[in-house]
Amino acid sequence: MAGKTLYDKLFDSHLVRTNDDGSALIYIDRQVLHEVTSPQAFEGLRLAGRQPWRIDANIATPDHNVPTTERSGGVDLIVDPVSKIQVKTLDANCDEFGILEFKMNDHRQGIVHVMAPEQGAILPGTTAVCGDSHTATLGALGALAHGIGTSEVEHVLATQCLITKKMQNMLVRVDGELGLGVTPKDVVLHVIGVIGTAGGTGYAIEFGGDVFRAMSMEGRMTVCNMAIEAGARVGLVAVDQITVDYFEGRPFAPKGDQWDQAVTEWRDLVSDSDAEFDAVVEINAADIEPQVTWGTSPEMVVGISGQVPNPDAEKDAVKIDGINRALKYMGLTADQKITDIQLDRVFIGSCTNSRIEDLRDAAKVVKGRKVADNIIQALVVPGSGLVKTQAEQEGLDKIFIEAGLEWREPGCSMCLAMNPDKLGNGEHCASTSNRNFEGRQGFGGRTHLVSPAMAAAAAVTGHFIDVRELI
Amino acid sequence: MNKFTLHTGIAAPLDRANVDTDMIIPKQFLKSIKRSGFGKNLFDELRYLDEGQPDQSCEGRPLNTEFVLNQPRYQGASVLLARENFGCGSSREHAPWALDDFGFRCVIAPSFAEIFYNNCFKNGLLPIVLRDEQLDQLFKETAETDGYQLSIDLERQLVITPSGEEMTFSIDGFRKHCLLNGLDDIGITLQSAADIRAYEAKRRQQAPWLFDAIK
Repeated sequence: MAGKTLYDKLFDSHLVRTNDDGSALIYIDRQVLHEVTSPQAFEGLRLAGRQPWRIDANIATPDHNVPTTERSGGVDLIVDPVSKIQVKTLDANCDEFGILEFKMNDHRQGIVHVMAPEQGAILPGTTAVCGDSHTATLGALGALAHGIGTSEVEHVLATQCLITKKMQNMLVRVDGELGLGVTPKDVVLHVIGVIGTAGGTGYAIEFGGDVFRAMSMEGRMTVCNMAIEAGARVGLVAVDQITVDYFEGRPFAPKGDQWDQAVTEWRDLVSDSDAEFDAVVEINAADIEPQVTWGTSPEMVVGISGQVPNPDAEKDAVKIDGINRALKYMGLTADQKITDIQLDRVFIGSCTNSRIEDLRDAAKVVKGRKVADNIIQALVVPGSGLVKTQAEQEGLDKIFIEAGLEWREPGCSMCLAMNPDKLGNGEHCASTSNRNFEGRQGFGGRTHLVSPAMAAAAAVTGHFIDVRELI
Repeated sequence: MNKFTLHTGIAAPLDRANVDTDMIIPKQFLKSIKRSGFGKNLFDELRYLDEGQPDQSCEGRPLNTEFVLNQPRYQGASVLLARENFGCGSSREHAPWALDDFGFRCVIAPSFAEIFYNNCFKNGLLPIVLRDEQLDQLFKETAETDGYQLSIDLERQLVITPSGEEMTFSIDGFRKHCLLNGLDDIGITLQSAADIRAYEAKRRQQAPWLFDAIK
């Protein structure tokens, strides 16, 4: 019998019961809650007269709606009345049920997928869910983590379990060494370009090979975060010494004897050498250059030296239709050079790229330079209060401010524009977020997904440029 | 949850691939803390020419008359025909809530994004997967015939065209059972409470650091 993949091990070790139709009940160790997808779940519990199964499996923080401007006045000063109600509802629900919440002005508050790992709330070998598709991020820790809908949030609150079905296994192997200026974001955008936006549907993707072994935890989180943009709910990286080192001393990580016991168990969280994958994709690291999305789906991506595609060169009718729609929405012309795309705003942040390394990468590029005249706004939004503090200790905030970028409070911000940070109609944005869908960053807004270094380079030149020319 | 047994209704064709949940229900409407009232903003950026706001009446907003759901012949549609990877992107359950609130009972596509697919079943909305060529045929027949209606028989797992042609679809047994009977799956899971407790006791022994740590 073939060995087990990492996904198999995580799934099998959480199995409560298998049903006749192949569905399974799996135990969920951790649930992370935020204000947008939880209110109806708590309301459902109350209506059915149910209590949460286990309070200590949950942790919450508001992130999607919170303003990123000065907010010492607290929740009452949130300008948008609907956003204010939603944030207050999360506070009230967590208070009512006794769930630990880092409220808006707690220094540990942040984007759920940044806050949870940095607290050690999600650990290797756990199952973790959140009402947010980018929960895939947490697979970087060697955890089985994925997004769920609100009814499932309620189901997990009430039962500590999820009804699910085992996924298939895909291995994405990137071997070799990344070139100068090529970052984890470029790797994952390239992967999505290769397998397509639905290429991972039905699979748990394990990222393996030299490139991921050498990558930091922050980089691995960036990669797993976007597994969902390739259709896979789960992205995974095997546990190694980098993982173990990351967790040592985190607030909710085990201590003392339990730490030693935990580390021994975590060492087994790798795919067996004889494990069989249902699909394998192999990529050479040397083929990856800094990436830019030109269209309205993350698979519409090219290298910085490339051009906007021409529908005449495409044979597939669905693809042609998609390209034509995207060109129209994005206001671009076929064969246009990527470096000729002029930008209006820059956004550095989101659960994909708002960790300390991302901010360091961006700061390195803007240091001693100024934001270009045609850029209306360039935002830097750290992923959590702790990331913000660390960046300030390193002086990164000053570098950004001196260059003319805005230094903000933590939250999801312009990634999905539920708070006041948004694009105007027709504006082009170099964004380190994860989705370039129509209207995602604001009505009529045009998003180009890039790495933090590429966004920083775009901020100081006003158009896309190969970041390697600036470093 | 609403039961789903037999349904017959007008089919509306949404002929584009990779329709994402941001498109189904844009983010500004996710600020609601309710499960209902999303129908008027379903496909908001495709349906209207202006930018919609939460708590705004949609009466008098400028309509995009080219959009399929604004065309007179598709008024009252309850079966949505779609293309590959329908419902990709965000996990927002507001997407099936909006489709349901608008009046859709069923979405037929060659493939769905997984989280959206799961979310549909929790809300009595039936996602059906048919082959590309079957969808091509349904799109063609819908375009050719005003008031084209499809029947869906969940018990027999059939989509039935007006000419009586039957197309079989698959569905997991448990999901079918829940939909046919309008069952709340939390109640069903809680029938396994003893199994869950037994697993939990074992887990507490194996990984004690996962218990009573977050408080």
